[in-house]
Amino acid sequence: MTRTILLASTVLAGLASFAQADTLRLLTWGGYAPDDVVAMFEEQTGHTVEVTKSNNEEMIAKLRATGGGGFDLAQPSQDRVMGPQMEFGIYKPMDVSKLNQDLFIPSMLKATMANTTVNGDVYGVPHVWGTSGLVINTAEAGDVVKDYTDLCDPAVAGKVSYRLKRPTLIGFAFAMGEDPFAAYDDEAKYKAIMDKVEAKLIECKPNVKTYWSGGDELMNLVRSGEVTASMAWDTGGWKLNNDNPDITFVAPASGALGWIDTFVLPAKGQADDVAYQWINFVMQPEIAAKITAAAGNFTASAGADEFAEAGLKAQYQASFPQEAIDNIKWYPPVPAGLEAIEGEVLDRVQAAN
Amino acid sequence: MRRHQSRIAFFLLLTPLVLWLGLLIIIPHIDMLLISLRERISFGVYEPSLTHYEKALTEPLYLRTFWRTAVMSVLATAITLLIAFPVAYYIAKMAKGRLQQVLFMLCLIPFYVSELVRTFGWMILLRETGLVSNLLQWVGLADRPVELLYTDATMMVGLVYTSMLFMVVPLVTTLESLDDSVIEAGYDLGGSGLSVLREIIIPHAMPGIVSGCIVVFMLSLGNYLTPTMLGGKDSLWFTEMIYNQFIVRSNWELGAAFGFMLLILSSVIVWGVLRLTGRTLKETMG
Repeated sequence: MTRTILLASTVLAGLASFAQADTLRLLTWGGYAPDDVVAMFEEQTGHTVEVTKSNNEEMIAKLRATGGGGFDLAQPSQDRVMGPQMEFGIYKPMDVSKLNQDLFIPSMLKATMANTTVNGDVYGVPHVWGTSGLVINTAEAGDVVKDYTDLCDPAVAGKVSYRLKRPTLIGFAFAMGEDPFAAYDDEAKYKAIMDKVEAKLIECKPNVKTYWSGGDELMNLVRSGEVTASMAWDTGGWKLNNDNPDITFVAPASGALGWIDTFVLPAKGQADDVAYQWINFVMQPEIAAKITAAAGNFTASAGADEFAEAGLKAQYQASFPQEAIDNIKWYPPVPAGLEAIEGEVLDRVQAAN
Repeated sequence: MRRHQSRIAFFLLLTPLVLWLGLLIIIPHIDMLLISLRERISFGVYEPSLTHYEKALTEPLYLRTFWRTAVMSVLATAITLLIAFPVAYYIAKMAKGRLQQVLFMLCLIPFYVSELVRTFGWMILLRETGLVSNLLQWVGLADRPVELLYTDATMMVGLVYTSMLFMVVPLVTTLESLDDSVIEAGYDLGGSGLSVLREIIIPHAMPGIVSGCIVVFMLSLGNYLTPTMLGGKDSLWFTEMIYNQFIVRSNWELGAAFGFMLLILSSVIVWGVLRLTGRTLKETMG
């Protein structure tokens, strides 16, 4: 009799947990959901996680195409939350009380929430942050290239690569002594700055070997020595540093550009509770350290630094002395309309001879 | 009763085709057309307008890229035809038995791997630290690394290579159907090699040439990978601009307008080629 009851209750319990097991469809960046972390989460909660790797533009385009459907949790950068939300309504407000806020670095949580607030609702919380700046072969170009505009120096002609995307425009604008972020609200002024940057980039074009579009493409170019100075993410530089100590990430004189990738809930997501569970899970210091190891970037998890690899910490400290950290330019939310201006500038630069 | 049945069978057979065309081609295109005909006023507010077509037709950059893509696709088609014709003729007429099959397979084998892998293959060969560059230095023809990537010529090589098979196959098929005795008769009647080629072989192969050219032209015009990867910093291909507008700029309206311009361009050029060669679509495709 007791055996029957035990068996029945086991079966019932099994059924119950089966009914609760959901699938979390996660739209994220490479390295942000490493296999071992996914496996640990699945084992602890019984849910399954489907990971789709993407980038900012594709994430927004995908969510826009479905009106915010197809995924339960997405990770665009914090400057790409407010604009798309106002324009297309592809996210849903986040119930921050369901998150364990003690797991986050307080200043970063506060800043991200402020930057992703639309009509009083919070749409995003921070996850991974990093910077973009210069990846340089210091033995060959270390003396020449100290800032973005030095990429146009004749000494590195034909050995330079950068992306034709908005970080390049912003970086060059800062290096030319402008402050594009201050002009975000003034379309005419922003356009004037972009016109200056366009002229500089066209003048600089003969120096460029090719405009890279994928991280691996750039890594190959730098590793093979075909490119000695480039604009790239800090992690790319540190990865190359492991193979060749001459190559490393350098914070430019005018300041590295700082980004924070967030967690947002797509408007038609079907597993919000699992999404909150996932966020609380990956923000635990030990788990966050695993993500740092996989992605190469630090997270907004409080206390995860203790668990980070010593090698990565040393690289970080070499690239970022205190004044370079203070000089990081964090991306504010992009107002609508600016990307059209930038798009035309980028098209004209690519087509220029 | 039997008539009734055959009608049901007819509709049953027709259904997949109608669904295929309707759901995957006609409805999305109507939606695209509607998107291209509206203008964004502010957050979520749109108004009907022709402004994107106007922009596409007046902005010199877009027009230049449009014509550049068209001209280079035509050029790629012509080069492909010039290279593929002798190859196809050799396979169809000169090679016999086993050799014929082996040669045909050799044309086919590169297409067993994806286009991405083939394009990467070219990149490995042609890059500054690549095979060709090292070979040239070793032989002594160059005294320092040679960069062969990121030029229009490289892009052309990639386009021709990618579409070669689609020219060779229709040519081999039509040339095989040409009776050898007709060619012999041409020579017997005093024709030279050139006049036999002009009067007998090319007219007979015309359906193959036209259909091959149409396919290759469409493939080149719509190619995204090859121009992006091999073309480098100066190459802006029209498909790349469409991708940029849709994905990077989030400007679906302009992207949709570009898409329709490309559709109209390819339709006009295909129609023009058919008119020029005096063929109908039915003769060429059927």
